[in-house]
Amino acid sequence: MAALRSTSSVLLGAAASRPALRFAAGAASVAARRGMAQLADGATHNTTASGENANLKTFQIYRWNPDQPSEKPKMQAYTLDLNKTGPMVLDALIRIKNEIDPTLTFRRSCREGICGSCAMNINGTNTLACLCRIPAEDKAEMKIYPLPHTYVVKDLVPDLTQFYKQYKSIKPYLQRDTPSPDGKEYRQTKADRKKLDGLYECILCACCSTSCPSYWWNSEEYLGPAILLQSYRWLVDSRDEKTLQRQDALNNSMSLYRCHTILNCTRTCPKGLNPGLAIQQIKKQMAF
Amino acid sequence: MFAQRAGTTALRRVAGQPSTIFASNFARALTTTQARAVATQKISAEEARAVLDKQRLNRPVSPHLDIYDKQQTWFGGSIWQRFTGAGLSGGLYVFATAYLAAPYLGWHLESASLVSAFAALPVALKGAVKFVAAWPFAFHALNGVRHLAFDLGYFFSRQQIVKTGWYIWGASFVGGLYLAFFL
Repeated sequence: MAALRSTSSVLLGAAASRPALRFAAGAASVAARRGMAQLADGATHNTTASGENANLKTFQIYRWNPDQPSEKPKMQAYTLDLNKTGPMVLDALIRIKNEIDPTLTFRRSCREGICGSCAMNINGTNTLACLCRIPAEDKAEMKIYPLPHTYVVKDLVPDLTQFYKQYKSIKPYLQRDTPSPDGKEYRQTKADRKKLDGLYECILCACCSTSCPSYWWNSEEYLGPAILLQSYRWLVDSRDEKTLQRQDALNNSMSLYRCHTILNCTRTCPKGLNPGLAIQQIKKQMAF
Repeated sequence: MFAQRAGTTALRRVAGQPSTIFASNFARALTTTQARAVATQKISAEEARAVLDKQRLNRPVSPHLDIYDKQQTWFGGSIWQRFTGAGLSGGLYVFATAYLAAPYLGWHLESASLVSAFAALPVALKGAVKFVAAWPFAFHALNGVRHLAFDLGYFFSRQQIVKTGWYIWGASFVGGLYLAFFL
């Protein structure tokens, strides 16, 4: 809806700003009624020209442009009227991009917490912008940063190359030599299947890994909570036959044992999973 | 879709107040909004790689410790386990080294002289000095038990992590005060 509205608003906004069209009071009133932003390049921006009941909220957003690499990253403030914005932080970001500043860059796709694209640091904790409500009652500014201690590609877009390489390194697929007895599928008991609950739901948004101080300082070698949770997903799978090799790959001082049970991972997971517990289960599995 | 919407809104408006100026301007507005002044150029894989490498050198690291939730980064049980442990063992090393060196430097660190010096202090200062050693000990011991429980897989739910964290802070202060003033 917001997206639909904005396509027309760009047109109308462009039209309304043309001097030749100023006579068309209809266009201007339509714009005002819908609370459309007049395009402006100021740092702060008020979307309501005549909003008595405006519920304004300011968003402080991390900006860095690779085309001007000598300029330091900075925070930029955008003010929106929450009465005309969707309930989630992603709605606000999309509205800012559509109506105020098209140069604001961030990843998004599904807007329902299943793709993991819009992972970012919102008010101090990592979460998915699409699952994070804008606290409407409190007037405090919202601070939005990219995922912590990542290389920034642009604005809120982090470089996750290392994260994906680490995922690849744990061989996240079924490894098995013996064929299935019936030649059709690899069966498992209900109890064995249940062990995968809370693991297979991970969408690899990297919220947990980038919340972990241990991963901040050692991301070269430490796998981090998200990848270790995936690792456990294959270690505990009754159909996988390479459990020993998988354990062997983790059996060094860095890959697994840089986890010091800080547990920021479990506290931040936007899907409500428990990477901390999964890592603990790996440690237990390796010890006994 | 884009053009359609614009067309219908324009029609609606024209129906309300017919105007030839609007009609002539409308076409111009439409063409300007659809024009894209973006030039693309083809580059080889190696060139693309070089561009990427150059860009990677410039990329800043996003802020971390400064902006992450202070309650988790600065009051986390894990980091204070390390701080208190380092403080306790560091204190021991400093005192033990000084004790070894004392005879050669003419310091008086024998138990008897320490006891008499400590006894001369006012009660509040006695307690404060003891608390400086007692609180790290209490925290380290209690949080150590919590970490042992973690090692066995207990207290991993989100609420338990937060709650037990605050319990340890409270209990370590109570324990530290008890050791400092009532023992």
